[in-house]
Amino acid sequence: MLAGYRFGAAWDEVYTADGAPRPTYGGLHEALTAAGPEVLASLAAFLGTVFRDQGITFDHEGVERPFPLDIVPRIITAAEWDVVERGVAQRVRALEAFLDDVYGSGLVFRDGVVPRQVVVSSQHFHRQAFGIRPPNGVRVHVSGIDLVRDEQGEFRVLEDNLRTPSGVSYVVENRRALARVLPELFGGHLVRPVAGYPARLLAALRAAAPPGVDDPTIVVLTPGVHNAAYSEHTLLARQMGVQLVEGRDLSVIGNEVRIRTTRGHQRVDVIYRRVDDDFLDPVQFRADSMVGSPGLLNAARAGNVTLANAVGNGVADDKLVYTYVPDLIRYYLSEEPVLRNVETWRLDTPQNIAQVLSNLGDLVLKPVDGSGGKGIVIGPQASDEDLATLRDAVEANPRGYVAQRPVRLSTVPTLIGDQLVPRHVDLRPFAVNDGREVWVLPGGLTRVALPEGSLIVNSSQGGGSKDTWVLASPARPAEPAPDPAGGESSVLAGADLTEPEADLPAGAGAPGLGDHVDGRRPLAVPPDLGPSEPPREQQQQQQQGRTTC
Amino acid sequence: MLSRIAESLYWIGRYLERADAKARVVDVHLTRIQDEPGTDQERQLRTLLAAMGVDPGDGAVTPSSVVALLAFDQDSPASITAALTAARENARGAREILSSELWEALNVTWHGLAERRMAAAVLGPQVFCYYVRERTAMTTGLISTTMVRDDGWRFLSLGVALERIDMAARMLSTPALAEGRASVLAGLLRSVGGHDTFVRVYQGAVSPANVAEFLLRDQLSPRSVAFSLAAAEALLRELDPGLDDRLGVADGARRALGRMRLALEFRSSAELLDDLPSLIESLLRLTSRTSDEVTSRYFGKSLHVRWAEEVAP
Repeated sequence: MLAGYRFGAAWDEVYTADGAPRPTYGGLHEALTAAGPEVLASLAAFLGTVFRDQGITFDHEGVERPFPLDIVPRIITAAEWDVVERGVAQRVRALEAFLDDVYGSGLVFRDGVVPRQVVVSSQHFHRQAFGIRPPNGVRVHVSGIDLVRDEQGEFRVLEDNLRTPSGVSYVVENRRALARVLPELFGGHLVRPVAGYPARLLAALRAAAPPGVDDPTIVVLTPGVHNAAYSEHTLLARQMGVQLVEGRDLSVIGNEVRIRTTRGHQRVDVIYRRVDDDFLDPVQFRADSMVGSPGLLNAARAGNVTLANAVGNGVADDKLVYTYVPDLIRYYLSEEPVLRNVETWRLDTPQNIAQVLSNLGDLVLKPVDGSGGKGIVIGPQASDEDLATLRDAVEANPRGYVAQRPVRLSTVPTLIGDQLVPRHVDLRPFAVNDGREVWVLPGGLTRVALPEGSLIVNSSQGGGSKDTWVLASPARPAEPAPDPAGGESSVLAGADLTEPEADLPAGAGAPGLGDHVDGRRPLAVPPDLGPSEPPREQQQQQQQGRTTC
Repeated sequence: MLSRIAESLYWIGRYLERADAKARVVDVHLTRIQDEPGTDQERQLRTLLAAMGVDPGDGAVTPSSVVALLAFDQDSPASITAALTAARENARGAREILSSELWEALNVTWHGLAERRMAAAVLGPQVFCYYVRERTAMTTGLISTTMVRDDGWRFLSLGVALERIDMAARMLSTPALAEGRASVLAGLLRSVGGHDTFVRVYQGAVSPANVAEFLLRDQLSPRSVAFSLAAAEALLRELDPGLDDRLGVADGARRALGRMRLALEFRSSAELLDDLPSLIESLLRLTSRTSDEVTSRYFGKSLHVRWAEEVAP
């Protein structure tokens, strides 16, 4: 199965250069080898059917497409994850402080950490959001921090996503599907559960409700069925038990947001919106938007509704601001960054610009406001023509680009046909901020570039995904289930079949039931049976009697 | 319940029932027409199309062109494919309200249509019709066993009831009743799945009057018009939040349904047959008017407001 496995310059997460599995992957390597290529290929096909039937797709240019899940999971050890978790949480805390500063007092400019011009020239800086302070101070309720592993296996931050990061539904669905199709893979691994994400998100959204609202009405706002992430929006709404609304379901009256129901209007307190800033409110932003609702931003300013994530977050995930994040961490938190950035150069001085232009072929050039991998040019893989076009574009608008060292993303074996071959992957961990702590979902979305040698993992450009296993450390204490109501009880605990520690503590079940359900004796009342028929032998004899006479 | 979601559920009910009814019609009638080559085939096909609200046009009408229009063609609004596509699109916009199983059933049904169309090209349209009937039966079963009985379920059921009235009226408008031949009448009964019941109730006395009576007002048959009228009435009553019937029924939609039900229940059998053409027309108008009233009352939409860009002075 590994016959064609070729090692490149990239870090392979499963095999060392001499072809032996790393200790973490020993069990998985055995299970995969035992299954054999034919079985794996047919299971992969079954996996595809499960996803199609459940409608787990993304919409690309109007066509529903599957987001293929590779059958080989990616494993991250407890020690490695500890670094990721701390690093991501640290970054989110620093960026929260930065956003609060940008849309508030502006100390970061006064102290000369970031030039004001960098922020106000960002396409995603919205002066309309200035002075809006969300109820519990949280602007980045949900974030996705994109990480890659470099040639030495070290996790590096590639970019931050603080607006409406998507992909978390695949984390949840991938786990569910893989556990259904290949339960034997999980044997011997203590994988931390991911099914609790919607409950965590719901708790954070409840915590963000306007003051004085004890039982907030929460909705998920989607642009509609043709949005790329629509299936994710439905999954989150369904698993949180809240309504999924479109802009046309909302109306803002007297700075209060209402939804139109069959029994009249109903007030909304928190909107988890998956509509971009530009389309959110035609009064403030694009006047031609049909997917937002006029008046939303003023309702938020009046404190009658909380928008999650807040408007204007894009300024902090601008790729030029990215280059300042290590400084921001030091400035706001007085800590050293746990996760390093990828080496990146700003095009802010004539010397820098000249140096980058003369080395275009060896660098990755990224538009500062792009997402989804759009407009990225990888120098070593680009044609001369592309480079010439790029040179003109960069000369015309140096503020629009940053230059990065090309990182050879780490590789993980991936099933193509019936062969396991190395493919490049990245990792997007998701963090939820409820105002008290930044919780990082143990797992995250591993995206894999399916074409050979490709470094572009975006789903819209031929990417697939992998189930991502974060292993529990044996010493780790049980995780308390999140509590959406803010009280003592926990009703939405996302139990996962692979996770012993997610079970209720002993004795938490219904008292007395244990006597019956332990299988030692049947319940006192057996199930009813219908009337019995007259003996079959007699009927048959009658028949035989007739035929013989 | 969000108005938009309520509307989607209502239309899932209508389209699902329409697909099921059409599959029965195509199955039974095409088989019959092909089995009786002596009859005027083209005229029968034209009346079938007319009953389904399709303009047959001036060109030749053949069994395969009818199957295309009523079953296969995505572009023909009267086709089963179009109905199931619309049901699935509505479900896609209401996924978080539907049970996962129900969504999956509608999604899988839709995904399977292309394959059955190809099979039907070789094995005949019955393969396709059988698939559609089987899948709609399964979906209806999931609606019954997995949906909570809230307003959403009521809107969906209302859609089923109204569509059933509409399709029954269309079936009665075919010349089967006028022709009065036992085999043709039996086909009509089979196409609504009521043949066996009819035989039990009337001891096999297949006459146009009996068939009309059975299809219009059997109180116990879930496919009779009166049964669906009563169901729609009851659902509208439960949906009405400010209900008070003491001084009569305020809801115009419910009044119209009730009047029609009484008109069917209190006619003699002979009158039913005599008044059939006008009854059919009233039934078709009734369903579309009820649909309009439910839409304006519960699914009210806001007009989209266009915001102008700031104009530089």
